[in-house]
Amino acid sequence: MSHHIIEFKDVRYAYPDGTEALGGISFLIHHGESVALVGGNGAGKSTLLMHLNGCLTPESGQVRIGDFPLTPKTLDEVRRTVGMVFQDPDDQLFMPTVYDDVAFGPLNLGLPHEEVDARVASALATVDCQKLAQRPPYKLSGGEKRSVAIATVLAMSPSILALDEPSSNLDPRARRMLINLLATFTHTKIIASHDLDLVLDLCERTIVLYQGRIRADGPTREIFLDTALLEECHLERPPSLSLR
Amino acid sequence: MKKAGAKKPLPFFCMKPMKLNTTLFELGVLDRLAEQNTPLHRLDPRAKLITTLGFIFTVVSFNRYEISALLPLTIYPVFLIGAGDLPGRYLFKKILIASPFALFVGVFNPFFDRAPMVMLHGVAISAGWISFASVVLRFVLTVSAALALIGITGFNAICMALSRIGVPRAFIIQLLFLYRYLFVLTDEGLRMVRARSLRSFKGRGTGLKIYANMLGQLLLRTMDRAQRIHRSMLCRGFDGEIRLNREFSFTIHDLVFCLFWLSFFGLARSFNLSLLLGQLASRMTA
Repeated sequence: MSHHIIEFKDVRYAYPDGTEALGGISFLIHHGESVALVGGNGAGKSTLLMHLNGCLTPESGQVRIGDFPLTPKTLDEVRRTVGMVFQDPDDQLFMPTVYDDVAFGPLNLGLPHEEVDARVASALATVDCQKLAQRPPYKLSGGEKRSVAIATVLAMSPSILALDEPSSNLDPRARRMLINLLATFTHTKIIASHDLDLVLDLCERTIVLYQGRIRADGPTREIFLDTALLEECHLERPPSLSLR
Repeated sequence: MKKAGAKKPLPFFCMKPMKLNTTLFELGVLDRLAEQNTPLHRLDPRAKLITTLGFIFTVVSFNRYEISALLPLTIYPVFLIGAGDLPGRYLFKKILIASPFALFVGVFNPFFDRAPMVMLHGVAISAGWISFASVVLRFVLTVSAALALIGITGFNAICMALSRIGVPRAFIIQLLFLYRYLFVLTDEGLRMVRARSLRSFKGRGTGLKIYANMLGQLLLRTMDRAQRIHRSMLCRGFDGEIRLNREFSFTIHDLVFCLFWLSFFGLARSFNLSLLLGQLASRMTA
């Protein structure tokens, strides 16, 4: 299946004020792969994620998702394929109740009402939040918000999941539950995170960004054992790995 | 240095975090009340909305010197509060908070409209006082009915009802988003105020200039957030219309509720029920 492939070809992007955020990024992610995007603050992780479904468009270079290049014409198809979970769940949960929020995407896809109902139920069941359906999002805890944010994306049945700092602001238990949840997904995953322990648990491959460029791309374990590389890119070897 | 005299209340821009915090807490109270399950709560939101709108129109349609004919209409908000199991004292406080608006509208009437209108135990009461009392009464009636409506229906359900009776979508979306992000915004403001108060000593750092800076900062953050929200909406296929998967059913109960109250309002508008009742009572005692 060539369906779930993410390909970046020499993607460059600079913010309107002239700061270069991405300086020629190229990589290829295959179907079912789980890839981590790590790097210090301002390395370009979030900017790169924004390119995955056309929130930002590259100045030069090309992004291909599945079978098509990302162009204004294919935008709808790409957005259905790539489910994006934002860093701050408050940005993602904007509807009056959890149910409405999870139903938002499927309704916009034009699905019939019974199908929307079924999708909402199954997405909420996947993240174990059925009980929250009628609650307003602002009353949820941080962990619940994150789970519901993931459900809003699952309800559109994407084949690729892109997550920006999924474990930020979570307590250890909520974080562990999130890791277990993500581990059950068979989607192609691309996870931007500072949480290298989470990366170690979830991703077999890691791309290291440094100042808008790819500094390293390879098996997670190998990269995390390269102390010099990690230090240069403002990272640190995860404690769980140092003990072994 | 000046000696500190009697403690003056702080201006609003020096508000302590605690106070803001309670305000935020209060915002959710009406919503929690709306989660109750009384027969009134179970009515269709449209029925309650239409009836309450009917009530408000009736109240404001009386002439400006009317008091006695308005009195029977107090039954409606009292009924909503009673049957909806709402805390009267809390609603009363809310009305008090909003009351300066009404007082300002009516406060000059007694000065300009000095013609005596009613003699009460030998004291002449001017038309201005009468109209002032009428303004205040109308204010209490309409605001209490509107608050009670939110308390028995919930803000979001009212928005749905508004959209079902034909209010433009753009307006509804504005309202829904306003309500959703009010909490996020107050939270953000609260954090800023707390951060400032932790580093301002002896009243320094709480001035208007700092306040203006903070407001500007809050505006910029809000715009950033709006952009992020818009992005996340686009990611899930937003095309300018918000769709909701929700069915309302207008039952016979709803119809009865609407018809009963609307005809009562009609009756109270056409006849002065207080006067009739008074005449009846005096005829019976005579």
